[in-house]
Amino acid sequence: MTLLSVQDLTVTLATNDGPARAVRDLSFTLEKGETLGIVGESGCGKSMAALALMGLLPSMSKTTGRINLDGKNLLEKTETEMCRIRGNRMAMIFQEPMTSLNPVHTIGHQIMEPLRLHKGLSDDDAHKETIRLLDRVGIPNPKARIDNYPHQLSGGQRQRVMIAIALSCKPHILIADEPTTALDVTIQDQILDLIQTLVREDGMALILISHDLGVISENTEKILVMYGGAAVETGRTDRIFEELVHPYTQGLFAAMPRLGRARSKRLVTIPGTVPDLISLPAGCTFTDRCPLATDICRETPPPVIEVKGQHFVACHHVEEARARKTEELFS
Amino acid sequence: MVGGTMTLFLLICAAISLFWTPGSAYEIVIANRFLPPSADHWLGTDQFGRDIASMLMTGTQNSIVVAVVAVSIGLFIGVSLGLLAAARRGWTEEIIMRLSDFSFAFPAILSAIMLTAILGPGGVNSILAIGLYNIPVFARLTRGSANAIWTREYVMAARASGKGRLRITFEHILPNILSIIIVQATILFAIAILAEAALSYLGLGTQPPEPSWGRMLNEAQTLMFLDPMQAIYPGLAIAIAVFGLNLLGDGLRDVLDPRLSRKR
Repeated sequence: MTLLSVQDLTVTLATNDGPARAVRDLSFTLEKGETLGIVGESGCGKSMAALALMGLLPSMSKTTGRINLDGKNLLEKTETEMCRIRGNRMAMIFQEPMTSLNPVHTIGHQIMEPLRLHKGLSDDDAHKETIRLLDRVGIPNPKARIDNYPHQLSGGQRQRVMIAIALSCKPHILIADEPTTALDVTIQDQILDLIQTLVREDGMALILISHDLGVISENTEKILVMYGGAAVETGRTDRIFEELVHPYTQGLFAAMPRLGRARSKRLVTIPGTVPDLISLPAGCTFTDRCPLATDICRETPPPVIEVKGQHFVACHHVEEARARKTEELFS
Repeated sequence: MVGGTMTLFLLICAAISLFWTPGSAYEIVIANRFLPPSADHWLGTDQFGRDIASMLMTGTQNSIVVAVVAVSIGLFIGVSLGLLAAARRGWTEEIIMRLSDFSFAFPAILSAIMLTAILGPGGVNSILAIGLYNIPVFARLTRGSANAIWTREYVMAARASGKGRLRITFEHILPNILSIIIVQATILFAIAILAEAALSYLGLGTQPPEPSWGRMLNEAQTLMFLDPMQAIYPGLAIAIAVFGLNLLGDGLRDVLDPRLSRKR
């Protein structure tokens, strides 16, 4: 059976200016051991989608659709039932390792908590397991480090501790929301490698959220590109990088800085900003920034077209987008 | 540091007065009235011949008991309500906070006077009145600081690892706001001593023959020109207590909350 299946997930946030549709009709599936990358720029709804999966959205939001974990809809579960799932079946790593640990408790205490809570381990067993976990996430000298407070660790080490907490109860799904954004590049690689290795060893499914196409391409099997709260392009990672179709995906790719490019050349950007989630246009949300936009884009929502072998794109002008080179669209 | 010493001095005075005072704080010896300070009577005697030093010391004990109990009432009920409001949000928070706004509408001393007028004067009732006034102060402070902690990333991370609201409240929220609450408690402690003195001065607090700083002030008032020292001693005691506790509160804040002290 499919481990996680999300159907028509829609998140509406109540704001002072009216309802903001942060996530619209998002659907995807995740098999056991599979890795999915969700990519998109700030404000496209990727973090909201992740929080919706965990049932951690702020109280003034409304979630509709279905989130089936092993065939059971999480949206129908009570808060108490969700508490048993969070950390146990599904775990999450956050963006900011500097602030994701409580400064008043030792890291050992914070890793042991979920073990005692979900697995009912005794203090002694939890202590042993914590040392094993710290060792596994690559913290040197775990026996001494277990009594450290968060401020005594570097950013990279704290993220390792966060990973240890997330993995402590052997969840089936790990959601990593921009796990390396706050870290410097060399540490980024180490952390991603670590997540990769641990996920493979434990046979966990991974949802990796990032704005960085490079990070996503190296670490996932499937990709979901989000824009304005909806999926614009989905498919297998190797297939998508063979042929980027949606103008937005092409724009993201073109905007990646590269070494060796002429110094005088400016970095490529996608003109404009993300649409206002409160007053989304009737048609395609990317219309105002898209080089291929025509009148039909503005008025009717784009159809979802299968380009080739499970590679779906939501666009009115798929053929034209496929015909044009990325450099022609964005420069 | 200075605040700590002053507070400690008061505590020692109160402790000693439990089993020893230089004279008697209760015994009335008319022959000894208005004696100047001497070896027998360190600070002299009052119009009934009672030893002023002894009365002050016993009064310290009285003030401290009133303040401790009153602040504890406010602390436990107020902090619990504040934590509950922050954890539950919604209408629970709304009710608790509007009730505390409502009680803030009455000036502290005035509502204490009102309460003792209804319940009758006396030590216990003045404790209740002061304690009741402390509840919304703590509730508000706790709820405000707790709300700030609830938005922290580590609380979100704790929720993501499956901890319930009650568990998060005691494990993450309370330890992080404890320093603020402790500092507030020392300051309210000073205010409680002041309030007790005020109530006793008005005759609504501690009843005779129990000595109390406020009542000593009241009795000395009529004798202001005859023997001004009688009014000065209890006044000085109150000032020392309030000043010392405020300094202690400041000092504690510097120690417990390094972020604030660095700004100075």
